[in-house]
Amino acid sequence: MASIGKIARRTFLIGSAAIVGGVAFGAYYVSRPAPNPLKPGKGEAALNPFVLIDQQGVTLFAPRAEMGQGVKTTWAALIAEELDVELEDVRVLHGPAARAYYNSAFMADALPNRGYNVSDFQHAVGEVMGVLGRTLNMQGTGGSTSMKDGYKRMRQAGASARETLKQAAANRLGINREQLKTAKGMVQAPDGTSLSYSELALDAAKLDPVEPDLRPRSEWRLLGKTQPRVDMVEKATGTAEFGIDVRQPGMKFASVRMNPRLGAGMNSFDATTAETMPGVEKIVDMGDGVAVVANNTWLAMQAVEAIEIDWQDAPYPPETDQVFARIAEAFDDEPNSTMRDDGDVDQLPKGAVGLTAEYQLPYLAHATMEPMNATALFETDKLTLWCGNQMPTIHQWKCATEAGLESEQVEVHTTYLGGGFGRRVELDFSILATRLAKQMPGVPVQLTWSREEDMRHDFYRPGAIGRMRGAVKDGAVVLMDGKVAAASPTAQIMDRIAGLPAGGPDKVHVEGFFNPPYAIPNFRMSGHLSDISIPVGFWRSVGNSFNGFFVESFMDEMAHKAGADPLEFRLALARQEWAPAAGVLEAVKEMSGWTGKTPDGVGRGVAMCYSFGTPVAQVIEVVDEDGSIRLNKAWIACDMGLALDPETVKAQMSGGMVYGLSAALFGEITFANGEVEQGNFPDYDALRMHTMPQTEVRVLETQKHMGGAGEPGTPPAAPALANAIFDLTGKRARRLPLMHDFDLFT
Amino acid sequence: MSTTLLINGKSHQVDLPDDVPLLWVLRDEVGLTGTKYGCGVAACGACTVHINGESVRSCQTALGDVEGEITTIEGIGKPGAMATIQQAWVDHQVAQCGYCQSGQIMQAASLLAENPSPTDADIDEAMQGNLCRCGTYPRIRAAVHTAAQKMQEA
Repeated sequence: MASIGKIARRTFLIGSAAIVGGVAFGAYYVSRPAPNPLKPGKGEAALNPFVLIDQQGVTLFAPRAEMGQGVKTTWAALIAEELDVELEDVRVLHGPAARAYYNSAFMADALPNRGYNVSDFQHAVGEVMGVLGRTLNMQGTGGSTSMKDGYKRMRQAGASARETLKQAAANRLGINREQLKTAKGMVQAPDGTSLSYSELALDAAKLDPVEPDLRPRSEWRLLGKTQPRVDMVEKATGTAEFGIDVRQPGMKFASVRMNPRLGAGMNSFDATTAETMPGVEKIVDMGDGVAVVANNTWLAMQAVEAIEIDWQDAPYPPETDQVFARIAEAFDDEPNSTMRDDGDVDQLPKGAVGLTAEYQLPYLAHATMEPMNATALFETDKLTLWCGNQMPTIHQWKCATEAGLESEQVEVHTTYLGGGFGRRVELDFSILATRLAKQMPGVPVQLTWSREEDMRHDFYRPGAIGRMRGAVKDGAVVLMDGKVAAASPTAQIMDRIAGLPAGGPDKVHVEGFFNPPYAIPNFRMSGHLSDISIPVGFWRSVGNSFNGFFVESFMDEMAHKAGADPLEFRLALARQEWAPAAGVLEAVKEMSGWTGKTPDGVGRGVAMCYSFGTPVAQVIEVVDEDGSIRLNKAWIACDMGLALDPETVKAQMSGGMVYGLSAALFGEITFANGEVEQGNFPDYDALRMHTMPQTEVRVLETQKHMGGAGEPGTPPAAPALANAIFDLTGKRARRLPLMHDFDLFT
Repeated sequence: MSTTLLINGKSHQVDLPDDVPLLWVLRDEVGLTGTKYGCGVAACGACTVHINGESVRSCQTALGDVEGEITTIEGIGKPGAMATIQQAWVDHQVAQCGYCQSGQIMQAASLLAENPSPTDADIDEAMQGNLCRCGTYPRIRAAVHTAAQKMQEA
């Protein structure tokens, strides 16, 4: 594998690349394939944008952001399954930003259906909608889409490359392709002759690609079984390259301070002191902030802190209470959406008992372990960008605009991401690095934000208010009428990326609100959009992160009002609506030995949410430990339909839950004088080794369609915990984080 | 002014002010990027290295205060020649994003040097300063136990 650097340099040239060796997308493109971004050099063959073969062996391309979810491994396994190569024998690279790497599942998830109830016809419509992902050049990772996107296309890429290699062997040996077999990167003839893929690649590249049928599941070697992750050795030895680890010859180190009153400008700055500080090489006016370039990141951070800056005022109410009062004003306006409106919620059914509750959830930061950073090199007609990001083609486009270049003149190298959680969908860190690099032509410059800068310049999970009204009768829910108010990440991101207004009902705003898989006869759920301009974005599970809390906390309140066991209460409603939702509740009931009764000093809570195509139920157990509340155990069940890598799914479910629990316990972003008050982990803590509950995960595969894995573990975590704390203390948590109202074990 | 550091068995001359934290000397001057910046205030443990075998937060250790031999994640093993503890991390498939894991491994290695067979409570005590936003704690715990066992067998 000695030529990796050479191949990378040669193949990562972006331009109007000719299609080399044909592109084998099968039926998944509409009219013509996107150009193959891989430009093979002498002795190399790119059989399609995902398979490159040279004399050293086979390279597979997994152009999805590896941010911990294991996509690099499972994506490569999809190709390797059909290509008949072993994962330990191939090299897996992310590859360049390219149209060929569009995400076909993004748009399918935007269809206005409930998700779990789609017919096969609607599912097919979703796949056709996926082509819009291609036409919009959306190479991206997010929305728990990767496996839905790659499942057929990548097996097709592997199968097509395999059969084309076999055809090349058949031509050489003068026999029929059908007589040949493949294994471990070799084509084998009946007489015992073996030809390696490397020997055949150049011939295969000259042939029209063959498009065979895919193998049935019963013949899979790799998929459906846990594979060793291809990134694990690098990550255990400190050799994995994250964006912050990029090192280029002559590179300078920089740090930045942008206006902490988010979205406002800068009147003036005085860098007199900073200019004289050690290591400082350049002070750069960034428009609404200032950057310092130095010979060391820490020296740059010290100097940028020493600059006196006169900031403009925030374009939103400056104090937290005012922010939430402003969000609540959205309830006075007509709803943006009422995507659920069944029966009649205006009449209380005869004999029913009504109840109401209001919940308020805070803004949240992503707080990835690796602070935001990007490295850029500007040369007169070219920009090279290195960073961990979830949207390479969009970064390429927007950084081209910032640099005054065309997209084709921007080369994007996507590294490993030290956490994504939706934060690295955004473009700010790349654009700022580009702005800085443009002031220093020919010099590579790495821009790293301090932790404080990162936490205070996020695109936050929006603060949200849920107003719930319900009624119970004979131990069941007969009415649920909910309203949610929050700012819309989708609207803001549409504006940031494309400068376009988002029209129509905002599905992401009400996901997990209008479509919980419960049979409720009188059921209306509306979304009210706040136009408050605090920057918001996609925080792991997005709208589900607050809607899951509203619905599942209120379900618990209704169960208690009805005098019912909270798990049985949900189970009865789920059974009538969608069997897989009932199935995950049944599973956690059995796993936890749920009896509906807990001894003194122990509390248990349950929640079930459907998001990103996957129903997930969680039971959380808390214990009273000398007067403080400690998380003791957690049980998770999910129904993936098809789990391509079971251990990776378990890791995502457990990790998704931890992300939700951390936020529920400690997470909040508050405002004073227009500035975010939290700056570092002591103000924004998370679960740690000693506060982590013992966790057990069960993966079911009963539903018809494949679900996502990265996000669905998050939404049920906070309500399951709050419901457990109610069981322990009798006190209902109607706001988060819990640390304000409960004595927590830390 | 020039300072001489002994890192992973090699001597390095660095020319930086005395107050620069060791973290940024390692990363930006010496080019050892396995040690990570997470918080800069000793609240996350991503920057953990050993000085004379003891774990320290390199973001809080000024260059001028370093006395003794420094060991980083690169110094305990390499791909193809991993330390027992690194192999345990691979065997348990611990990492998700992986950013915090260098610090986790260095912290766990110093725990095992002091306490060859730690209990769960010992692990809680030693590892609670190391944050992982992906939530890999159960696998870290399992890997520490496995490493302890393998090191005792060796």
